[in-house]
Amino acid sequence: MMMLPEFYLLFFSVLFLLFSIGKGRVNVFPWAKVLSLIGLVATLISINARGSFFSGAYRVDLFSQVFKSLVMYGLVFVIFMLDKRSEIEEKYNCEYFMFLGLSTLGLMMLVSSAELITIVLSLEISSYSLYAIVPLRKGQTRIQLEASMKYLFFGAVATGVMLYGMGYLYGMARSTFLSDIMAVLPKFIGQPIGIFAIVLTMTGFFFKLSLFPFHFWSPDIYEGASNTTTTFIATVPKLAAVALIMRIAALAYPAEPVFVTILIVLSALSMTLGNLVGLVQKDVKRLLGYSGIAHAGYVMMGILAMSRDGNASAIYYMAVYLFMNLGVFYVVLLLSKSGENVSVNDLAGLAKRAPLLAFTLAVSAFSLAGIPPTGGFTGKLFLFTNAFKEGHLTIVIIGAVNTVISIFYYLNLVRMSYSREPVGAERINLSFHEKALCYLLIFLVLYMGIMPFGLMQVFRAAV
Amino acid sequence: MGDYLLMNRLDFPILSTTIFIPLVGAAILMLMRHDKAIKGIALVTGILNFLISLLLYIHFDPTTPLFQFGEFARWMPSYNINYVLGIDGITIFLILLTTLLAPLCVLCSWTAIEQRVKEFMFCILVMESAMVGVFCALDFILFYVFWEAMLIPMYLLIAVWGGPQKDYASIKFFIYTLFGSVFLLVAIIAIYLTTGSFSIPNAMFRDYSFGFQFWVFLAFAIAFAIKVPMFPFHTWLPAAHTEAPTAGSVFLASVLLKMGTYGFLRFCLPITPKASVYFAPYMVILSIIAIIYGGFVCLNQTDMKRLIAFSSVAHMGFATLGIFSLTLFGFEGALLQMLNHGVTTGGLFLCVGIIYERTHSREIFDNAGLGKITPIYVGFLGLFSISSLAFPGTNNFVGELYILIGSFVSSKTAGFFAVVGAVLAAAYMLRLLKQITWGREDKRAIRDMNLREVIYLVPLVILVFWMGIGPSPFVDTMKTTLTNLFTRMEVFFQ
Repeated sequence: MMMLPEFYLLFFSVLFLLFSIGKGRVNVFPWAKVLSLIGLVATLISINARGSFFSGAYRVDLFSQVFKSLVMYGLVFVIFMLDKRSEIEEKYNCEYFMFLGLSTLGLMMLVSSAELITIVLSLEISSYSLYAIVPLRKGQTRIQLEASMKYLFFGAVATGVMLYGMGYLYGMARSTFLSDIMAVLPKFIGQPIGIFAIVLTMTGFFFKLSLFPFHFWSPDIYEGASNTTTTFIATVPKLAAVALIMRIAALAYPAEPVFVTILIVLSALSMTLGNLVGLVQKDVKRLLGYSGIAHAGYVMMGILAMSRDGNASAIYYMAVYLFMNLGVFYVVLLLSKSGENVSVNDLAGLAKRAPLLAFTLAVSAFSLAGIPPTGGFTGKLFLFTNAFKEGHLTIVIIGAVNTVISIFYYLNLVRMSYSREPVGAERINLSFHEKALCYLLIFLVLYMGIMPFGLMQVFRAAV
Repeated sequence: MGDYLLMNRLDFPILSTTIFIPLVGAAILMLMRHDKAIKGIALVTGILNFLISLLLYIHFDPTTPLFQFGEFARWMPSYNINYVLGIDGITIFLILLTTLLAPLCVLCSWTAIEQRVKEFMFCILVMESAMVGVFCALDFILFYVFWEAMLIPMYLLIAVWGGPQKDYASIKFFIYTLFGSVFLLVAIIAIYLTTGSFSIPNAMFRDYSFGFQFWVFLAFAIAFAIKVPMFPFHTWLPAAHTEAPTAGSVFLASVLLKMGTYGFLRFCLPITPKASVYFAPYMVILSIIAIIYGGFVCLNQTDMKRLIAFSSVAHMGFATLGIFSLTLFGFEGALLQMLNHGVTTGGLFLCVGIIYERTHSREIFDNAGLGKITPIYVGFLGLFSISSLAFPGTNNFVGELYILIGSFVSSKTAGFFAVVGAVLAAAYMLRLLKQITWGREDKRAIRDMNLREVIYLVPLVILVFWMGIGPSPFVDTMKTTLTNLFTRMEVFFQ
């Protein structure tokens, strides 16, 4: 059963499809939690699976399995965080889980794909599920519809550009298999057409990762989609996007200077733009959207190093990114009582209203900013070291300066919750389940900061 | 592991113990409910840690320049990052100062902090752990982790328990320090890529090119100059000092500022000696500006805490002047000055905290004329004030004397201006003292100091006189390390 996780998720989605067709409305939340946990177990036990299917179009190796586990962790956390009261219209609950499952399935297939058509198919499975859940938001009128339209159109354009690039790749290699392309590409990589093809092909994933200049969708979609949906979109698809950017960047080995320069420029612009615009944001989710753009820039530092360690550090950073973002989003989820957006001012006095939430927010925000001893620091250290090692001092300094810029708005979140007085807001009581999740996220972020070696070794072996 | 480290010969890993006892204490007090119990545990933890750290002094071998009580464990082998601890003559007293001040800070917050006592004590203990860690760490990454981890509890101390402008002060403090730190990080990575290891001693006195040293020195210097703080990077300090609660001000003044000068001694001089010699004149000029400018600004202050904060700028200017006079006397004086400033300014901030609890004002005018009302208090304040202006017989006199000798040796002009600064110190401290003691006729009923307050000032008073009259135990302990540093630096002086 080498494709156990994929089959399991298919089963998961179909099951919820059946739930949604069924007349008697069952409470699907406990089902979703239990089933997603089983899915996590299934993914973890198949981490050592190896194999190749469909004459090499579908590859199961440690690289893909590591990403599948991360994606699955993301799904499980999102399902556990989903608040049944307020987020999604009740009648769509089953469909919501189904689409989450299908999207995750698409992402899992994506990280295993080693052939252009398979890549496109998997990407679209994942994207279309997300297009469908963005408008499912309770209590809002237009904002989520606008978001879903934007997401769909931007997504379609990005896919179009990606297909255009893939056309060039096919034209050069006369094959859609990445292994064949890799064999042919060294002849073309010095020429504009080679670079052009690779960069355009990456566009689809730059879009998912919200890297400049394909970032326009992210703040609007973050703001418009429901809090849970945003949590998912902000974390899980980005993991798979990084996996595919690495796969495609591998085509350009050994590090082609022009190609690397393009990545450096994109990375620098992305982090600078994200952080500068992030400074003035009032809505926490919008702020996180710009933070995501900046982080896309950071993670590119690992990829543009074009080295084994660089890729490993990019995976590590994405793993940390997953958990620290989940931390901030969870606070947002718990703060918004009826699923509305949370503004930075709403955080005022959070430390008095809910000390644990304030602490979760503080740890995650400090991690996003890259302050030791959190995972964000260790991840950034690896990224900086590897980019520097390959001689890209410029981007390291730009990254360092950006860290300082970004601290301002991350610290602002902490500042609001610790040094402002609450304005007529009562205490927030957390249930056991919510407390446990908070503690777990804090633990994970700190653990990844202090004890990175075990995971780092796995990631090194994976790339 | 190299030949720089003498492994720990005690029965237990003493440095790790000193670092982690406060963390354990912090974890225990998170489980407590009653404020009394929480304060008690924090105090016991602080005292216990101080007693353990005294063992360091007892077992310290002053005859070797190597790092002692060494501990070594692999941390992230693939990047050659290790958990290496060790102390030498430079750090031993800084650690003792930290562990001494932690219980004093708990005591001084006994009644001053009424809200969220648990979190406050938690922050104090985490701070202690991180500060001791900074002084013990012999691995760049370990150092950097402690260095930055310190920011978070300090930020919270100011932001949650601070004065009216805490919001502004805490953010400014955080961003300023972080700005310096990222350049430190880039410099650390640069050194790692050159030497292949994150070990601090391994990076010292290597044959780097001048260009490399030039940039690394600048990156280091920004981080440390902000921390010291040297002119013109000092603007975060008055805000942070003034708004922080007493315990926070004490930690800031007595320990955090020392990390800047410690950084110059530990990193800039040995790792980038050529660049240090090259930049020394500029650093001396900045130090002189800090001394004179700090003095004049002090003369104009009406807020006691702001006055002491600006006096810190001037005093730390003496420390950096000593370091960059590049003489043995200068080094010794700088290190003594760091300790003296920690003791004296710590004492002064504690005094301000005591009076603030009673009058709820830090304005000099509101607290003027206390001489007859609270004689014990004024006695302590007077003592710390004259110590601060380097009166002979008190600790600062010894430190400043060493530094003045050192700076006259290297540059007469610098020495001259430093003397002017010393006179200014007398002017502003005596002005403060005069106002507080005889400032106005007043018949207010203000409670004099109680036993608890006397208890936490007495250790500092003892140190003021001990280091003022018999400084030889201190000088002897640091001598070997500093002499070694000086002789290895001498090559670069020409």
